[in-house]
Amino acid sequence: MNILIKWYYRLGAPLWFYPLAGKLIPWVAALFLLFLIPGLYMGLVTAPADYQQGESFRIMYVHVPAAWMSMFVYLAMAIAAVVALVWRVRMAEIMIISAVPIGASFALIALLTGAFWGKPMWGAWWVWDARLTSELILLFIYLGILALYNAIEDKTTAGKAMSILTLVGVVNLPIIHYSVVWWNTLHQAATVSVFDKPSIHIDMLIPLLLMATAFKFLFLLILLLKMRANLIEQDVHSGWVKKIILDKQAEMEKEHD
Amino acid sequence: MTEFLHMGGYGFYVWSSFGLTTVILLANIIEPILHHKNALKEADDFYSEEN
Repeated sequence: MNILIKWYYRLGAPLWFYPLAGKLIPWVAALFLLFLIPGLYMGLVTAPADYQQGESFRIMYVHVPAAWMSMFVYLAMAIAAVVALVWRVRMAEIMIISAVPIGASFALIALLTGAFWGKPMWGAWWVWDARLTSELILLFIYLGILALYNAIEDKTTAGKAMSILTLVGVVNLPIIHYSVVWWNTLHQAATVSVFDKPSIHIDMLIPLLLMATAFKFLFLLILLLKMRANLIEQDVHSGWVKKIILDKQAEMEKEHD
Repeated sequence: MTEFLHMGGYGFYVWSSFGLTTVILLANIIEPILHHKNALKEADDFYSEEN
């Protein structure tokens, strides 16, 4: 029985996940555009200029959602790491390794757009400020996880090592979040929080929330694309890929007749 | 339109930010699509030889 359950987790799950993800992709893409288009329009055109920062504050509409996502993706990976380690769910490992480059990209975007915002507002592209430094460390943690997974040939061992490293790196998340509170930083404090009324005008807030939602759907979209690609690549010689390929070939032949 | 692109003198910073974000995210969408295509082709070749 135990062997059967293990077999299901190891090999059975992709057979239903792969086509399901394929069906979801166009819907997720549509939802992404549904939030992105009004978010961009309102953020770049209709939102009033900031009374202190002028038009430069519009950088916020890519900077803040990217920074939020860089932490959200990590949190999702940490939850998957617990699932992977405790229940030995291989799909959770595939999720983590697929999410790593996306999280790293969001961290990179947060840092780069932050530099383009910092230069006109603070007069410097970069400062060794607590918020900036801890976000840079997050980017390095993402790259470290990726390097570790790729360095280990056996993917079962690699998945386990990657999950453990992911959990170790969680320590950095509260440091990033509270860095603007704990240390005297140049970076401004949070404008939107779950518990307090946001210190931002509603006409500026709505496009921010639209962009943040768009980025969430974009993450889901890229994640599904990457998981499908990684699954086929890793399982080329397994039964479920064989089934999918043979079904496809049979369909092609039918079309030829 | 010129005024929109000018962004009150911050045009360079605003458009660089939006441009970099677009490039990085587009690369993230295109890469797995190509990866998936290649992986499927490899699998297709493998099972075609087998038969």
